[in-house]
Amino acid sequence: MGTQAPTPIVTLDAVTKRFPGIIANDKVDLEIRAGEVHVLLGENGAGKSTLIGMLSGLQQPDDGRILIDGVATSIRSPSHALSLGIGTVFQHNMLVPTLTVGENLALGGRWWQRPKLAEIAERVAAVAGPLGIKINLDARVSELSLGEQQQVEIVRALLRDSRLLILDEATSMLTPHGVTELGALMRRLVERGFAVVFITHKLSEAADFGDRVSVLKLGRKVGEITPERLRAIDRDALVAEIVGMMFGRQAGEEAVSIPPRADNDERLLEVSGLEIAPSGDTPGLHGISFDIGHGEILGVAGIDGNGQKQLAEALAGQRATAGGRIRLGQQALDGLTVGARRKHGLRYLTDDRLGEGTVGAFPVSINFFLKQIGEPPFWRSGIERSGEIVARGGDLVRQYDVRTPSLATPIGRLSGGNIQKVLIARELADGARAVIFNKPTYGLDLANSLATRQRIRDIASEGMAVLLISTDLEELLSMCHRIAVISEGRLVGIVDNTPGAGERVGRLMIGLAA
Amino acid sequence: MTHDVSSAPAAGLDVSAAQVARSALIRRLATTIGPILISLVLAGCLLLALGVNPLSYYGFVVQRGVLSGLGLQQTLTRMAPLLFIASGLIVAFRAGMWNLGGDGQFLLGAVIAAASVTPMVQVLPVWLALLAASLLSILVAVFWSLLPALLRAYQGVNEIITTLMMSFLGVSLANVLVKLMFLDPGTTVPQTRTLAVEDRLPRLFDTTVTSGLVFGLMAIIIVHLMMTRTAFGLKLRMVGANPRAAIHAGLNVPLLTVAVFALSAGLIGLGGAVDILGIQGNVRADWNPAYGLAVIPVVFLARMNGFAAIAFVFLLSVLEIGGESAARKLGVPHYFTLVLISIVLLTLAVAEYIDHRFNQARKA
Repeated sequence: MGTQAPTPIVTLDAVTKRFPGIIANDKVDLEIRAGEVHVLLGENGAGKSTLIGMLSGLQQPDDGRILIDGVATSIRSPSHALSLGIGTVFQHNMLVPTLTVGENLALGGRWWQRPKLAEIAERVAAVAGPLGIKINLDARVSELSLGEQQQVEIVRALLRDSRLLILDEATSMLTPHGVTELGALMRRLVERGFAVVFITHKLSEAADFGDRVSVLKLGRKVGEITPERLRAIDRDALVAEIVGMMFGRQAGEEAVSIPPRADNDERLLEVSGLEIAPSGDTPGLHGISFDIGHGEILGVAGIDGNGQKQLAEALAGQRATAGGRIRLGQQALDGLTVGARRKHGLRYLTDDRLGEGTVGAFPVSINFFLKQIGEPPFWRSGIERSGEIVARGGDLVRQYDVRTPSLATPIGRLSGGNIQKVLIARELADGARAVIFNKPTYGLDLANSLATRQRIRDIASEGMAVLLISTDLEELLSMCHRIAVISEGRLVGIVDNTPGAGERVGRLMIGLAA
Repeated sequence: MTHDVSSAPAAGLDVSAAQVARSALIRRLATTIGPILISLVLAGCLLLALGVNPLSYYGFVVQRGVLSGLGLQQTLTRMAPLLFIASGLIVAFRAGMWNLGGDGQFLLGAVIAAASVTPMVQVLPVWLALLAASLLSILVAVFWSLLPALLRAYQGVNEIITTLMMSFLGVSLANVLVKLMFLDPGTTVPQTRTLAVEDRLPRLFDTTVTSGLVFGLMAIIIVHLMMTRTAFGLKLRMVGANPRAAIHAGLNVPLLTVAVFALSAGLIGLGGAVDILGIQGNVRADWNPAYGLAVIPVVFLARMNGFAAIAFVFLLSVLEIGGESAARKLGVPHYFTLVLISIVLLTLAVAEYIDHRFNQARKA
């Protein structure tokens, strides 16, 4: 593992990056040292890609500093990052498939010169030989396997004299054998004094390949395992420690408070045998069945991308189902449109606030009523009644404490927390009976997260059924009556939220039996 | 996002909204009229390079296009079809659909109106024949937009490509129809039968201005009010601004897409009918005024606002009518009007860019 350099190659000092509506990175500290494979572990949306974007010069931090060799430096552009010795291999490969490997490596040279293929061949031999990489420069990229293409990209980064190699979700396209090979290659790289940052959301890879593991969660760094500690404990203990970091409690979160519910066994929302065919890159749903009673909060836990969004959209009527039944009270909802389901009291609060929840350029006032276009009293005979809209909008702004300069402000200019308040106000408007929340606190700051969670508890206390989809297990444990775990489009278990539920859900989530 | 520095408490909303709106309007006017003046100067430089006195060119344009009675009447008459096209484009563009097939839809509408009105006027009252011919034109234009509309609605095929392609086909088809099917046997020039002057749309008062102008103004104002004041218009704008939000809100996006294309093409086709029934009286083979392409930049200049579009359509008509005669008198190429319009577009784009940068700098 080599000796530790006195100063890290790259240091992140309280780096913060915000996007409209969310905080992608919140005061992240990180040290990247030569001779180490530094694993960045986190789920989708944890802020890994943003961090890479800032290190590779694609984005600039809003706050905090990036130090290169101990000197605060702003990485202005991808080419600037390369000149600083930071090479990045992105998740989706950036090679031109119709060109040969040699031609791809020659790209980026001076445009007025002929590519010096002979010189490149010499340098590739010098770089790739010691690492055990064999590259045929005359092969077309399209003929190479994904693993070989990745090796070409790594060599390309090394040809530019990179000292630090960032591999973004590098194993996502590889076969198990390819993953093992990549692990060995990373080992050889750090033995030669390179630094490697390896981004993954797979726990086992972190445990197998890392010298140092940093865990990101919802934009914050929630823990780091140093090389000393990592060598000291065995693999099972390491996995347990990482699981603790990913799903454990953090300082500043509120206490557990599960809203009391009357002894009322009457079911409100019943779903049985819901099926959706998988399509392209989205998983399908298989045999999803659950009931939610009056005043009950049912959590859905799981690693992001296991069918949560499909489930929410199928219930809301946005996505066609291949089978199964949905009942709300006495009413069968199967085959009804989004609008009809809404009228019957089923509401869906999307996780994509700007992408589909709102129309960013429309004023706050109109955004309150986007799901009621054409309905009285806001429209009469199809004509907009601005007076009614402004009056009711003003009421909702006060009632839900939306901080906005005015009702006419385009909603895209508001913060994520305030957009969320508008969405909550819209979904709870007259006649809500069951509400689906999809990642309701994703990207919100702590104060807004707490306020949103309290709002959800209040809704349940009023007797509505709540389906709470979240990738934040702590959030689910803090308010749900029961927690279902979704994995690859199936509900793999439903756990009562009693002491010890966290452990059982955590084990179900990573594919172990509860 | 965490700090809501600029936010005010909820009470006392909208106190300054009117003020903000007014200053925004003033800035909008400045960033529109300023570049137009700059463009006139730039185009003037070009005229100087051609050896023409720009002042006399502009003088002729204004004299012929606005000041002389006959010229003004011609300008107003020219506005009629352009207003219909502008209103059709406003519907489409505001809903985020780039219907660039205006020329094909316009010409097909024109040919159908010309071909159908002459036999009908023999048997029907004139007003009914005109009405029926207009409806037929609308139908055919809508039909011509159906393929791009369905492809966009159900397959997500880019409508810019398909409408343009359908436009080329439509222009050619219109031409073929004139030459092969609707040829007037009584003339040697290939053209359709001519609608007698007394059977055309009535003229306004004692002028030569067609009443099509009034219909065009009504169309564009109705379209503007529909897009800004009605639930249907809001739905269309929502589809344009964020189609995913529209699906999320439960709108039938494919159906609305087809409706947008139908409205847009129908209005443009009606523009073709009005041009024939009110002004031209017949369609000559190979006739293609390419109004559709000329109006697209105008609608952009007006930022898809109906009232602003009326002003810009007037400007375009003045430039076309005045430019034609000024070009003839001064020996300037007749397409100089187009050069002038494109200079206006370029300077407006630059002004937009500078304005944007200025805003960014002020925020930073």
